[in-house]
Amino acid sequence: MSGAAKTINLTLNGRSVSAEVKPHHNVVEMLQTQFGLFGARESCGQGLCGCCTVLVDGQPVSGCLSLAVFLDGSDVVTIEHLSERGQLDPVQRAFVECGAFQCGYCTPGFVLMTKALLRQNPDPDDEQIRDYLAGNLCRCAAYPEIVNAVRMAAREAKAGSTG
Amino acid sequence: MTTTTAPDGRVGHQVGRSLHRLEAREKVSGRAEYTHLMALPGMLHAKIFRSTVAHGHIKSIDVSGAREVPGVYAVYTSEDVLKVIPDPYYGPAFHDQPILAVGKVHYVGEPVAVVLAADPHVAEYAAAQIVAEYEELPAVFDEVEAAQNTTLVHEELRPAGTFADLKHLKGRRGTNIALDFRLRRGDVDKAFASAAQVFEHTFRTQKVLHLALEPYASIADFRDDGVTIYSAAQGPSFVRTEIARLLGWPENRVRIKVPYLGGGYGGKLYIKMEALATAMSMLARRPVKIALTMEEQFYTITKHPATLCIKSGIDKEGRITARKCEVWWNGGAYADIGPRVTQKSGFTASGPYDIDNVAIDSYALYTNLTPAGALRGFGIPQLVWAYESHTDMIARALKRDPLEFRKQNLLREGRPQATGTILKDAAIEKVLDRIADRLNWKQPFDRGTGTVRRGRGLAIALKAVISPTTSVAIVNISGDGSTTLYCGTVDMGQGSDTAMAQIVGEVLDMPAESVRIVPRDTDVTPYDMGTLGSRSLFHMGHAVRLAAEEARAKVTALRRELGEPEGGNAPLAELFLKKYGMQAGNIVGTGTYKPDYIPPDASGLTTNATPFWMVAGSGVEIEVDTETGHVRITRLINVADVGKPINPKIVETQLSGAALMQLGFSMFEKMQIDGGQITNASLADYKIPGMHDVPLVMENETVDTVQQNGPFGAKGVGELATFGVSPAIANAIDDAVGVRLTELPLTPEAVFRALRANANQPLGCE
Repeated sequence: MSGAAKTINLTLNGRSVSAEVKPHHNVVEMLQTQFGLFGARESCGQGLCGCCTVLVDGQPVSGCLSLAVFLDGSDVVTIEHLSERGQLDPVQRAFVECGAFQCGYCTPGFVLMTKALLRQNPDPDDEQIRDYLAGNLCRCAAYPEIVNAVRMAAREAKAGSTG
Repeated sequence: MTTTTAPDGRVGHQVGRSLHRLEAREKVSGRAEYTHLMALPGMLHAKIFRSTVAHGHIKSIDVSGAREVPGVYAVYTSEDVLKVIPDPYYGPAFHDQPILAVGKVHYVGEPVAVVLAADPHVAEYAAAQIVAEYEELPAVFDEVEAAQNTTLVHEELRPAGTFADLKHLKGRRGTNIALDFRLRRGDVDKAFASAAQVFEHTFRTQKVLHLALEPYASIADFRDDGVTIYSAAQGPSFVRTEIARLLGWPENRVRIKVPYLGGGYGGKLYIKMEALATAMSMLARRPVKIALTMEEQFYTITKHPATLCIKSGIDKEGRITARKCEVWWNGGAYADIGPRVTQKSGFTASGPYDIDNVAIDSYALYTNLTPAGALRGFGIPQLVWAYESHTDMIARALKRDPLEFRKQNLLREGRPQATGTILKDAAIEKVLDRIADRLNWKQPFDRGTGTVRRGRGLAIALKAVISPTTSVAIVNISGDGSTTLYCGTVDMGQGSDTAMAQIVGEVLDMPAESVRIVPRDTDVTPYDMGTLGSRSLFHMGHAVRLAAEEARAKVTALRRELGEPEGGNAPLAELFLKKYGMQAGNIVGTGTYKPDYIPPDASGLTTNATPFWMVAGSGVEIEVDTETGHVRITRLINVADVGKPINPKIVETQLSGAALMQLGFSMFEKMQIDGGQITNASLADYKIPGMHDVPLVMENETVDTVQQNGPFGAKGVGELATFGVSPAIANAIDDAVGVRLTELPLTPEAVFRALRANANQPLGCE
């Protein structure tokens, strides 16, 4: 609570923004209180469930464990960016098609992790999908459907790039 | 799925479509609303100071340190609460739970004081400055020990009066037993005396919790003329009634708004944070939000641990002639819905078997632990764990095939269940046969070699749905023909909004996607008993159907009034235009559904225990590593009787999700408790199933049936696939390596200890 607020500058979902953050503010709190972005949400508070996932310079990061001050100069992407123009991202479409969620609380985290996975490995096998997403938890246990969705997103991306 | 699906989008054929969830877009784009993420103007954040002792008189609470923290708005204890709510006790079955501890604490983690501040970090820091002193009292943690009544949790029982069968407990002193359900059918003692063989086993289940990823959250905005509560609640109507009772207000001054839930699983039923948030808002005269952390969920509500003794008498032909079940439910410090769990699950404690002589004693016990309530199965998974392990143990002792032994004793259509209610539309044998088929039960099985041994097991279960309960729905057709549904069923991921829209679409001959579902708001959405116990699709499904049918009848009447030809198909908008001269007016249909029910008599018998039977089972194939005790589930099959599915895809995901959740409860989840202290209250120390815990092969299926009194032949789904998972795995472990585990979870350590004990080389104590 103590400590002076610091102004940080970052790129958030493609726009240059600045934020006033205190030393103890984590990324989730900054996104929610200063930018009204609620797609990243804190659940376990220990970086174990993945509900707070955001992409920082392309890398998935637990927003509950990362302090906002460290975002100075970073490029941050949240779930909201993926459908900003009103069109769902292919990964989001695949999650809808495969019914890869129930309550939806963990879904933004899974979608962003899938984005990061497919960027690194456009054609992952099931084992690679499971390994990469093992740090995200879904209490409704939509895991089989999530694996299907990742596969579908990979397939669509491949079809899109070759066709 | 074996069910056939009607071509998508075909108007008038909405039931049976595997339609995507209506809110899919909002959920994948992070835009769906959850209470935990909401804020109101002028809102204060509440942080709770909790008891550190399991049982004790509160000697003093020093809040001065907290009040001095800059930015603190107020600090409140029960002394303050009592000024605004003189009788601050709540609960669905018993009015036993105080908004903040009054005089005594009854479990570690019980809320004792609250700090309010605009900045949640300030509130959290300040709460840590509070100091309480307790005069510790003896505490009781074990349910069987609690039944001895040597250490008492409460001095006097306070039944709510809502349930007629609890009224006799009012004012009862000197007991921890919050309810004793008793069922007597035939004469078990006589049957045991004449039985060829008698088997008796004791089983236990552990304390686990719902662990929704959206922790409990409520925001109360109290004004002199009314209170609005935003809450992650599975039963908004109950919250409204209970808050109105606490305030001494009519219901219409209490408004409960429920957005989507980030998981519920039974945890978010009844009152959780709502009463505390209301009291805080009354005192502060500002909106107050209570949003718990993951850790705090461990101190809010859990599943019931249970001890289950089960005894069966078998005649020479292998028929089960008698079964006696004694169940002790560890309800924790406050009853919540425990007495209902005790009674309703008690109906089927003897399992899906045709047994002439049955005795069931089911006890709800108070202990000094986090309260226990409903968790996806309402007690049934604990009972199935016992009776399907027990049944398998008998079959093995008799050297009978476990499938054949079950089939010989199975309860069949038209026969009376233990309560005396005749079994109808319950595909027990069909489900069991289908599991056996999928397991290729009759075929030779690869049993593994060396240190990796393979086994298979199955289990089958029966549940009576909670009854009697009421649902009300309203269907509203607007001047342009667009249609809106008002219903209080809370969509917490089970897809109820989508299923209800399909029912409206089916009746009114319109695409389900075009039906708008109003977010739950007790000012607008009518009464519903609660989203629980797999009741919604049946009960609310009927109410929605009736409401839509009434609307349809009014449309037909309007067509007639306007001189439209019989069977004409002029669009709805044209009818309104013709009637009102412009786009105006509404057609409103309402529907109320309450099934028939006859409460059990003094012997626990009734000819109408349930409006529908729930039937499901599981089969597994596993590998056991005999060097480590590690169990790998290579195949998990879940088969259920859901009647005719309204949405086959959602049904499948419900079966899959329920089975995987139960897999966690079966294999590793356990709240570690030491002297009443929970020592693993975080996701770092309490593991839930993740990607790598999904069995290599998982198959979820429904059998082809129709629930004749169900809406479009359907019935409830949500809990079904939890039932058989635990015993099927334990039965498979026995099949693989010849050891029998009678306590959950089935950890590698437990398996390894059993293996060593079996080899006469037992390991030392933990």
